Amino acid sequence: MNQSLKKLNYSLLLEGARIIDPFNNLDEELDVLIEDCRIKDIGNIRSLSKTTQKIDLNGKWLCPSLIDMHVHLREPGEEYKETILTGTKAAAAGGFGAVCCMPNTNPVNDNPSVTRFIIEKAEKEGFCKVYPIAAITKGQKGESLTEFGDLKEAGAIALSDDGHPVSNANVMRVALEYALGFDMLIISHAEELELSKEGCMNEGPVSTMLGLKGIPSAAEEVAIYRDIRLCAFTGARLHIAHVSTKESVNIIREAKRQGIKVTAETAPHYFSLTHEAVIGYNTNAKMNPPLRSKEDVDAIIEGLRDGTIDVIATDHAPHSELEKDLEFPLAANGIIGLETSIPLSLELVRKGHLTPLELIAKLSLNPYKILNLHPSSLSVGEIANFVIIDPDLEFKVSKENLYSKSYNSPFLGKTLKGRAIVTVCDSFVTFDLLNLL
Amino acid sequence: MTTFMHRHILSINQLSVQDIDFILDTADSLKEILERPIKKVPTLRGRTVVHLFFEPSTRTKLSFELAAKRLSADTVSVSASTSSVVKGETLIDTAKNIEAMKPDIVVMRHFCSGAPHLIASRIQASVINAGDGMNEHPTQALLDLMSVKEKKGGFKDLKVVIVGDIKHSRVAHSDILAFSKMGAKVTVCGPATLIPKDVESLGSKVELNIDKALDKADVIIALRIQKERQGKVLIPSIREYALRYGINERRVRLASKDVLIMHPGPINRGVEMTPDVADATNSIILEQVTNGVAIRMALLMLLLSAEQDQ
Repeated sequence: MNQSLKKLNYSLLLEGARIIDPFNNLDEELDVLIEDCRIKDIGNIRSLSKTTQKIDLNGKWLCPSLIDMHVHLREPGEEYKETILTGTKAAAAGGFGAVCCMPNTNPVNDNPSVTRFIIEKAEKEGFCKVYPIAAITKGQKGESLTEFGDLKEAGAIALSDDGHPVSNANVMRVALEYALGFDMLIISHAEELELSKEGCMNEGPVSTMLGLKGIPSAAEEVAIYRDIRLCAFTGARLHIAHVSTKESVNIIREAKRQGIKVTAETAPHYFSLTHEAVIGYNTNAKMNPPLRSKEDVDAIIEGLRDGTIDVIATDHAPHSELEKDLEFPLAANGIIGLETSIPLSLELVRKGHLTPLELIAKLSLNPYKILNLHPSSLSVGEIANFVIIDPDLEFKVSKENLYSKSYNSPFLGKTLKGRAIVTVCDSFVTFDLLNLL
Repeated sequence: MTTFMHRHILSINQLSVQDIDFILDTADSLKEILERPIKKVPTLRGRTVVHLFFEPSTRTKLSFELAAKRLSADTVSVSASTSSVVKGETLIDTAKNIEAMKPDIVVMRHFCSGAPHLIASRIQASVINAGDGMNEHPTQALLDLMSVKEKKGGFKDLKVVIVGDIKHSRVAHSDILAFSKMGAKVTVCGPATLIPKDVESLGSKVELNIDKALDKADVIIALRIQKERQGKVLIPSIREYALRYGINERRVRLASKDVLIMHPGPINRGVEMTPDVADATNSIILEQVTNGVAIRMALLMLLLSAEQDQ
């Protein structure tokens, strides 16, 4: 963690917040006393020393550390889009205490030196914890496996060729099998490239209206089905990244019913926007997989509701004007997401799809469990790791207000409701919007 | 009097029925100029039209250039190669450079859908879409409307059948929008691999059987089949296409007696239609070309007069 950050090494009472803690299955209005960087007490706290600073958190949520298990920090290689410093600042401002960064950097994170570079840089500069995900195949070329053992030892917590699918089914089978020996999670970017080739948005009425080459939903679904069958056959652990279609949800639901060890994530844009966001050739609505139909959005929400989709992760993908201020078919895929995840996800609670506890589980408990990580929870004696969310605070998404180095967001100019106001990571105050602490 | 309030011509979607009637009437009155021995009027003297073509084009570019010249505008043509992106200059930079030389209208063709829309949002000059990717070709649709109206008097309940590669055709896209907007009933036909998904949402019916599609048709528009597509998954061969979907004399007889045969050109004779069909008395393919100049004259004039009104 960045050592210039302020530490909670004093006596602080967080008064009357609604504690939403899926680790302890707790949703209750309580006080939390922090002393010397640790949680000293939780409950209805009356007796205090005179020096204790008090903060009234009535109406605010106090949650354990959130993690975004799918981000692109762009460092090393594309520092003009994002760096470990700016990306983790954006994470802290978005309420996250940890992120997992994908390996499609330049050079690719396919060897321990890149993994260690990321970890060391994050330890020195970071505003949150950074867990690198290493590549499955060398150079993400889909041909030969990386050295899983070395990568794990260097600190990689999972493996993915994200950005590219592992097109060769046998390479994927071998990767899943080989990962068993190291108990490593394989994260699948599921895409049948022959079907999606040259496509730049979801294939359907909107692609026809705009005259843009479409990507059929089947390009994702057949790839997910393949990987799930390989997962079942090998007995490995598989996580499906960025699920975006109705049938993908159905396939995963059925696999889980069969007891296959598969988990899944979706991103806020897949339950917040449809392909209609592309109208006007808006390159900030271009990503892969693409925004889908209303029917798909409803199915994603249902998948979140019934637990088929375990995790909300943003696929934070910063790009500069160089990649985005272009003809639509030539523009890069991807949008930033760290700073809009909480307000978009809160919409699921406001619309009654999820309880606050279910939502926070998808942003903390579930991804931590999938990654075999054990963060310090909101329990007495633990080091302070939490986020304070004001669910009603409105803010405008703008180039100036974003901490990310890039501003390629389809929500640019929009006013969103609910955001993190304080983020504390290992007792460091990584974000304090209103200068409360 | 009707006024024309558009700054750009990007899509048929942006035009109302009244706008289209106005454009067609204006083109009709300008067409007479093309028959004069001295084919020039001073209407746009001192105005500059830049033709910015990022894709090869012969007739569309010629048609636009002639239209501008007939109205006494100064014209410049830039044929940017499709590799300009590789060379490093972005489309927006190219357009800003052209803008800096103060043209009044930029006529633009580009291989990317939406490229003219992007430029229109960034420059002061008016932009006319002369074809963008597989999106639209609005001036072609307007000249098709003009050609049909001349022969049929109107559009109400006309059965217009578009045959060919609907999926990759910006002409088909604009024609579907234009003819259905004006009250015609549009049917598209072709190999199912060349029909775009959910094309019904644009306002056309789909009929995969060519004989059924042509039944009682009032207008047949055949589209160019790009020979490069054969063997590349979508169609097995040009031969099979010509046999199964080509317009021949027998198929024309399925249509109504006074059916019009149209084609946006250039024709692959013997593929989209047999030579006798292309040259038959009910073929108005060359009249489409003449009307193309008149439509483009009308648009240049209307855009510049709209600008003066503002």
